[in-house]
Amino acid sequence: MDLATHSEPSRVTPSRRANLPSAFAFDLATLSVLWRRDIVRFFRERFRIVGALAQPLMFWLVLGSGMASTFRLPGSLRVGYPEYFFPGVVLMVVLFTSIFATMSVIEDRHQGFLHAVLAGPGSRTAVVLGKCLGSTSIALGQAALFMALAPTAGFSWHQIDWLYALSVLALASVALTTLGFAVAWWLDSTQSYHVVMSLLLIPMWVVSGAMFPASGALGWVMRFDPMAYATTALRRALYSGRVPDGMLPAWSHASADVGVLAAFAVVSLGLALAAGHRRR
Amino acid sequence: MNQSDHVSSTGTIKLLSVRALVVRFGERTVLDGLSFDVRAGEIFGLLGPNGSGKSTAFQALAGLVAPASGDLALSGEPMRTGDRRLRARLGVVFQQPSVDPRLTARENLGLAAALYRVPRAKRTERVEAMLHFAELRDRADEPVSQFSGGMRRRLELSRAMLHDPELLLMDEPTTGLDEPSFQRTWARLDELRRTQGVTIVLTTHRPEEAERCDRLAIMDAGRIVTVDTPGGLRGRVAGDVLELRTREPERVSQLLSAELGLASTVDADLVRIEAPRGHALIPRIVETLPAGTLESVSMRRPGLGDAFLVLTGRSLASDVAPQQSSS
Repeated sequence: MDLATHSEPSRVTPSRRANLPSAFAFDLATLSVLWRRDIVRFFRERFRIVGALAQPLMFWLVLGSGMASTFRLPGSLRVGYPEYFFPGVVLMVVLFTSIFATMSVIEDRHQGFLHAVLAGPGSRTAVVLGKCLGSTSIALGQAALFMALAPTAGFSWHQIDWLYALSVLALASVALTTLGFAVAWWLDSTQSYHVVMSLLLIPMWVVSGAMFPASGALGWVMRFDPMAYATTALRRALYSGRVPDGMLPAWSHASADVGVLAAFAVVSLGLALAAGHRRR
Repeated sequence: MNQSDHVSSTGTIKLLSVRALVVRFGERTVLDGLSFDVRAGEIFGLLGPNGSGKSTAFQALAGLVAPASGDLALSGEPMRTGDRRLRARLGVVFQQPSVDPRLTARENLGLAAALYRVPRAKRTERVEAMLHFAELRDRADEPVSQFSGGMRRRLELSRAMLHDPELLLMDEPTTGLDEPSFQRTWARLDELRRTQGVTIVLTTHRPEEAERCDRLAIMDAGRIVTVDTPGGLRGRVAGDVLELRTREPERVSQLLSAELGLASTVDADLVRIEAPRGHALIPRIVETLPAGTLESVSMRRPGLGDAFLVLTGRSLASDVAPQQSSS
């Protein structure tokens, strides 16, 4: 060690008791560091990009062709299954990306990068927001990429209300990543996280009308599934509001879709912030 | 605590004061009123076995665990644990890795510089200086996952020191390191103290590590038993330490007591005796015990492990409460 003789590290602050940056400055730094780290890591792992897109793509192609001959919407409407299933698959991309992105929280919290950030000068709120912002960006980016495949499902690009679609996807990404974060933080064990994911989040997606139009009792359950509102909202966006009859549940309403989805995002974010403030 | 309280009557400056720190996990009290002062520029060790509460003390100081009560002051400025003013002036080295293995060394240090708001103009210079300090300049752009354990530890220390903290907090800094790595780590810590004037607080259960500290707090069951220098602590053990290795430790201990009036403690297959003039005692012990009872006899000057045993009645190697997370 020849630190002293070689390049003496300069003092960062002339006096260590000099004024510290403001709380807001530290929080902003924390938020941006966590966001940057998630983005850099995501682009570094090309395999992850492919994996996150390939799985829903495969699911879509297999189910789409398998169901094509048997699928009939209520009424005599002639809508192919790939067309019906497309918004569901896009939300599946959001769901899977959110789950994978928040899973790391469990290990990261007691050791690893997040642990060091928690001991850093940023507030807990900034840590939670930064982590959720990173995950949300990735989920939204993946979903947007998948949306580019819309023509293969029969939607032309200029027919889609993109602003509406991306807003819906952004809200869904915030809601699901923050919910995933809250669950991961509270549970504190990878096994329980998997259980909750397969018992709560995946079924939420299944009964949301993503795979099949729900009727009877299931249709009633759907009204309490926030994911259902994301699905119907995305359908509206894909058809720019002119959704074929029979494709949306009778109770569905454009403003209710967005309202429920926004409420879902706000509640999940609240849960994530509450979880993140638990010191242990 | 008032502002002038941080300069003691002897003129030494108290950098950190901890008063009556209590941490509970549910019903269990893990830290039971911890109080100590750390002087500016010293290396202060919390010495205790697993479960003594030292790691919890580390976590409370790092703001990761919320204490039930307790006061704290940094340079005489009162604050709560987890206070931002404390966190901003603290460098923390965890036992577990905290750098991102998928990012490069330079990227990890760059993120740490941003996190602690090192002024933009100084960032590059500072990152390069700490890469040099960690002897990682030629590997700076490789992902950390390709580094050896020793390289990662060096990077951890550089990350913690990047923002030039006043206080460096370390949890078991050399656990799992071999002897050469241990020596190199300590050479680095001494270097940091000399060149950057940092004050170091660390937890350890290794007597050889405790020897390197200026002062030690002996921790047992969530309390500090005493605070003293390593030399002062060793001085509390009377004379020499004799260790008899035997297959019948209980019987040997009884015979020593009955025949020679010697008090001893049993630890696995070792019978330990503290006594002045140990060299004179050895022939008497060997003659007293039946032939073939002893496998070996050793005598040494007391170390910090012996001092710990005398002060707490516990061995440093013991696990007091194995269910406690020591992370």
